[in-house]
Amino acid sequence: MRFILENNRLIPEPLAKERGKEAIPISCFEQLPSFPVHPHFSFSAELLSFLEGKQLLLDELPFPIELLQAHYEQGYIRYEKGITKTTKGCRCQRCGNEETHLFASFFCARCQQPCTYCRKCVMMGRVSTCTPLIVSCMPVRGQMYDDALHWHDTLSSAQRSAAETVVHAIEHNEQLLVWAVCGAGKTEVLFPGINRALQLGKRVCIATPRTDVVLELAPRLKQAFPYLPVIALYGGSEDRGKTAPLVISTTHQLLRFYKAFDVMIIDEVDAFPYSVEPMLQYAVEKAKKEPSSVVYLTATPNRKWQQEIKEGKRTAVTIPARYHGFPLPVPAFEWCGNWRKAVKKQSLPRNVLAWIHDRLAGQRQAFLFVPHIELLEKIVAILKKLDAKIAGVHAEDPERKEKVAAFRKGELPLLVTTTILERGVTVPNIDVAVLGAEDCIFTEGALVQIAGRVGRSAQYPSGDVRFFHYGKTKEMIAAKKHIERMNKEAAKRGLLKTK
Amino acid sequence: MTYYCFICHAPYSPVVSWQHVLTLKNLDILCEKCRRALLCISGETCESCGRPFQHLDSSYRQGPLCTDCIRWQEDEDWKGVLTKNRSVYLYNDFMKEVVSLWKFRGDYAIVNVFQEDFSREFFRHFDDTFLIVPIPLSAERLYERGFNQAKALAELLNLPIHDILTRHHHEKQSKKSRRERLQTENLFQLAEQICLTNRRIVLIDDIYTTGTTLRHAAKLLREAGAKVICSFTLVRS
Ligand SMILES: [Zn+2]
Ligand SMILES: [Zn+2]
Ligand SMILES: [Zn+2]
Ligand SMILES: [Zn+2]
Repeated sequence: MRFILENNRLIPEPLAKERGKEAIPISCFEQLPSFPVHPHFSFSAELLSFLEGKQLLLDELPFPIELLQAHYEQGYIRYEKGITKTTKGCRCQRCGNEETHLFASFFCARCQQPCTYCRKCVMMGRVSTCTPLIVSCMPVRGQMYDDALHWHDTLSSAQRSAAETVVHAIEHNEQLLVWAVCGAGKTEVLFPGINRALQLGKRVCIATPRTDVVLELAPRLKQAFPYLPVIALYGGSEDRGKTAPLVISTTHQLLRFYKAFDVMIIDEVDAFPYSVEPMLQYAVEKAKKEPSSVVYLTATPNRKWQQEIKEGKRTAVTIPARYHGFPLPVPAFEWCGNWRKAVKKQSLPRNVLAWIHDRLAGQRQAFLFVPHIELLEKIVAILKKLDAKIAGVHAEDPERKEKVAAFRKGELPLLVTTTILERGVTVPNIDVAVLGAEDCIFTEGALVQIAGRVGRSAQYPSGDVRFFHYGKTKEMIAAKKHIERMNKEAAKRGLLKTK
Repeated sequence: MTYYCFICHAPYSPVVSWQHVLTLKNLDILCEKCRRALLCISGETCESCGRPFQHLDSSYRQGPLCTDCIRWQEDEDWKGVLTKNRSVYLYNDFMKEVVSLWKFRGDYAIVNVFQEDFSREFFRHFDDTFLIVPIPLSAERLYERGFNQAKALAELLNLPIHDILTRHHHEKQSKKSRRERLQTENLFQLAEQICLTNRRIVLIDDIYTTGTTLRHAAKLLREAGAKVICSFTLVRS
């Protein structure tokens, strides 16, 4: 939309009385005037509640422009630029994108001139040079919930001490990293903290890069907080446009929030694509209030964070033991020669085949991780000769869900897969092998996550983790050390079951 | 320099062949995976509407025509209004996503992805003696979208574009049923009184579904004297 500036006031072009005065895209104004709140204005409660804690496009607001303009003039809402200029180019104010290759221009029918827009967040509606972002000037108020948590507390001692640290961080608006091994039961660790936040009238958001994690978390939280309004936001979610004291959101949906939360919990920080993706960080900064508390959850903090923890620059609490109290299975390394050459000849290294043969003979289910999709297909073809029920699955496999479900039911003896197919997949009593653990796709974090698939249930707390390689890498060694260090710490803190 | 795929934004290495070096052909702006997922229509098609016969149940076909086209031909009002339609891509799931990102989410720049295929296919079926007429949007829809996707496609051809049609906005909740409306009034108007006597025209649009929209435009142009009216669309659903 274009605006004109009249008496130091922005007026949307369709409302301008004076014709002829030049209307320009919102981003072309030097400064955008805003007004103090006029206390006697009879505001629209509906509009203010719709916009509470949000930063939205005009297209996302089901209100007439006249009503919005009145609230702007009375100081209740503000117009902001969708795109701002930087020394290097542009910046998208909704998603923080500054990468030139993610901007494009077109002749815009809305502003009748060439218009630059952000391609990075265009899935949520286009933000361009002529797009105003609308925010509420009213602070977000919280409501106190004294007795929201209904849950049978079965925390282990490691979980409990982490949970107490989370409560403390939330009470004092501090940052905290919860470093919990795979299978530590990190979601439950949050419950006392969320409960405390609600007692204090704080608003809580759990953000994660992945829709499947949102879908997995929402029912668990609704169960623990049965009478609390809880909403789950992801592309296509029915809760869009709603607000609640507890929100579970994907990174993208978080972009619509603005100074909304007193507590931000970021789950699976390490999950692709966050580590290479500054958008979540931007969204978190924008969505949290000042002051507020940010809690990061991860099983595999990156090197930088690990270093910061070591140097005492980052507050962290570790849960080095699994909830069932058995140590993490430690990966064994096994050299397997030039396995790529073997695959080209429709075969696999002898020791890899032997490992698979042992699983099949012993009727133990297993995952075999391989570096790339192209290899996956070839390897599955080779293995189908051993057992026709062996299947392959990758992230974009349309039959992914069905195959994983069949594996869970025990219908498939072995599943060949690329990287971490699903972090949430916990199949009891399985073994895991990596073929080509030296490939650069297998970082320390990825390898720790892969090893973390094994021994998750209390009934079957152990299993075999084998890294077949053609030359050990630093990442492999770091992953093994990482796991051993956690086991050592768990033993030292007396968290492991003694036989 | 890192290349990022224009659709999935993943970094990729463009395939460089001798063709690129010798003819200064542009490197692909898509990664191999996305490029492979865009499928050009090939093989046998309906002579009239360009619908691919591959994967089409034989009960929908009669000789060189599909049953839809036969129905159009049997209708006295619409018989022969549209000479033929040709389309570039199959409307597979990937294409549906790409079109939705482009048209509904508003990622205008996606149009560049179609450049090569769109203009090659155009010149395979037509030539520069045809008048290029993009199907317009109503003013309201144009404001909502910010651009007209049919015009964006027409611009890929590097030929003069003739914006000679306009379109009125029809509210969705119009009292008349869609069918009634189609029979009684034309969706389009001529922007100006122009003489099209003996002209040959290619209408450009993003998608051919039933062909109704295109035939409305064609009928109007025929009434204004045009001799041949064809259509060329990005996808055939
Ligand atoms: Zn953006
Ligand atoms: Zn514009
Ligand atoms: Zn791609
Ligand atoms: Zn046909």
